Amino acid sequence: MINALDSRSARVVSQPPTRLGSREDLRTIGEATVANPKISCRHVDVFYGDKQAIFDVSLDIGNKEVIAMIGPSGCGKSTFLRCLNRMNDTIEGCRVTGAITLDGQNIYDEKQDVVPLRAQVGIVFQKPNPFPKSIWDNVAYGPKIHGLAETKAELEEIVETALQKAGLWEEVKDRLHQPGTGLSGGQQQRLCIARTIAVSPEVILMDEPCSALDPIATAKIEDLIDELRTQYSIVIVTHSMQQAARVSQRTAYFHLGYLIEVGRTQQIFTTPRHRLTEDYITGRFG
Amino acid sequence: MDIVRRGLAKRYRAERRFKAMGVLAIGASLLFLAMLFVSIAGNGYTAFQQTHIRLEVSLEPEAFEGISLSAADYAGLVKKSLRRMFPEVSGRGDLRQLYALVSSGAGYRLREMVMARPQLVGQTLPLWVPADDDVDMLIKGHFGGEASGSATRLSDSQRQWIDRLKAEGKIEKRFNRTFFTTGDSREPELAGIRGAVAGSFFTLVVTLALSFPIGVAAAIYLEEFAPRNRWTDLIEVNINNLAAVPSIVFGLLGLAVFLNFFGLPRSAPLVGGLVLTLMTLPTIIIASRAALKSVPPSIREGALGIGASKMQMVLHHVLPLAMPGMLTGTIIGMARALGETAPLLMIGMVAFIVDIPGSLTDPSTVLPVQIYLWADSPERAFVERTSAAIMILLAFLIVMNAAAVYLRKKFEKRW
Repeated sequence: MINALDSRSARVVSQPPTRLGSREDLRTIGEATVANPKISCRHVDVFYGDKQAIFDVSLDIGNKEVIAMIGPSGCGKSTFLRCLNRMNDTIEGCRVTGAITLDGQNIYDEKQDVVPLRAQVGIVFQKPNPFPKSIWDNVAYGPKIHGLAETKAELEEIVETALQKAGLWEEVKDRLHQPGTGLSGGQQQRLCIARTIAVSPEVILMDEPCSALDPIATAKIEDLIDELRTQYSIVIVTHSMQQAARVSQRTAYFHLGYLIEVGRTQQIFTTPRHRLTEDYITGRFG
Repeated sequence: MDIVRRGLAKRYRAERRFKAMGVLAIGASLLFLAMLFVSIAGNGYTAFQQTHIRLEVSLEPEAFEGISLSAADYAGLVKKSLRRMFPEVSGRGDLRQLYALVSSGAGYRLREMVMARPQLVGQTLPLWVPADDDVDMLIKGHFGGEASGSATRLSDSQRQWIDRLKAEGKIEKRFNRTFFTTGDSREPELAGIRGAVAGSFFTLVVTLALSFPIGVAAAIYLEEFAPRNRWTDLIEVNINNLAAVPSIVFGLLGLAVFLNFFGLPRSAPLVGGLVLTLMTLPTIIIASRAALKSVPPSIREGALGIGASKMQMVLHHVLPLAMPGMLTGTIIGMARALGETAPLLMIGMVAFIVDIPGSLTDPSTVLPVQIYLWADSPERAFVERTSAAIMILLAFLIVMNAAAVYLRKKFEKRW
């Protein structure tokens, strides 16, 4: 394992891609691994057809922590996020190599079924995408298809708990049977989070969950993430460095498909070790 | 700024020109549409009325002696009552002309009445029987006001008799029930569209029952499940090609496959439906695929993201959203199938069929073929019946298209 890691890193380093146009060392620096990780990724490469989008990323996601992924547009952070519950399977021509394990189980194993995986690792997308059904149906859908509730009462409890956890219950409890698409953008996004929570996942992936929202709705979601941290591991991709600083314990900086630097959020934002990280954080590009 | 201002007038002129052309185009198409409707309705509305002649038929008990009710000479009774009305007419030639005033169907009408109520035997009852189509045309004025005998196909004496009947109030136009209740006939006054409507109905039932599920399933498979490779590209190209294949080719295919190879009955709505299914399938598949494509990918991701299987994603989320588009495509395909003639000619649905079909395998014809057959008939009275049948067909098409719009509105969801 160690040998493989070394030889592969060596290969990448010895052939720096020309499009980067600089002689920067692209080896990950910082604490990519943690003790007792929830998800651990080793040497993950992602290809779209012939184009490589992620280069040899090794990163651990700890238990009940919020890890933020930042980086300029097109740096592959969303692509990497979507590898974690195999949402990339739906993209034609997308190929993932390397190992991603969830609780020690390789999720890219042939025997791994994506349906339970996605129930375990939920995802919230950039644009709120509630189903064009009622609020209740939106939240109840996941538990229904997974058979999490035996009776109607149980299902109602799951829905209520999920909506409460998402901080939406007080706002919608009187109109559960109105369409979810009629809510405001921020409410829709919290509905999507409730929908994800209702399946009781262990990890929640968030792909720029606030980029379509106004500052007040964003603040609500950030508070929510802070609360959810006690129960779930959360991976959040964000364009906003302030947001990453506010909500996360660890931060990973991606650059053109490479994981450049990982570390505790405070350290990344105060004393970045890599020049690229520093340039990005200080706003020299991005 | 001056440069911009100078160009402005030209830009607005171009816009006005384009608008004017648009209005002109719409106006022209509306005009032609109005002309079409006016000419058809103008020709056809008279077909909904039929001239009837009032006869006093005495059902003499002697006529029914020794034979069953059904075998009695009803035509003879009708002729006898005509002779009683015009006692002065004699001679075989004159008598034949007299008999020709009423439709040959008058006897059948009388027979039906007596069969239904045998207690009528022995009574004398007033009976309105359909007049012959030439008389009908004369009464409706289709031969022109003072046309001479040769143009009207009626002799002078016949015209005198008609005038006398008119004076006595024994000839009048009544609602043409026959047109809606009977099948085809060689006699225009006895011909109806019921057989063609029933044939069209059975054919469309078969077409809908086969093409909708197959088309939707094929579209879902191709759009959601099939891998993108050379084979699916080939299939896509071929489906698009099939949609453009002239319909008569499908008729030939149906003749070769369904009739000659599988030995299915000729002229049957079952085979007609199969052929029209082949014809409408590409349309439905293309419309359904377009409807599936228009469902936003975010809905699919949302469903997959909480662990729905692909099938659940399609059935629970994508299909309901795509349904309005699929239904619209299907109904438009059905409307095309309803108006289709050529492929049905190939499988024998062009035959002259009097009986109203009662099942999928009975020989029958369909509305557009009936229109074609009547348009081909020499009798003047078929002209108005052709137009009337076209009106019925158009009414069905309007109803179907209205249903498409309604279903679309009803199932459309906003997100």
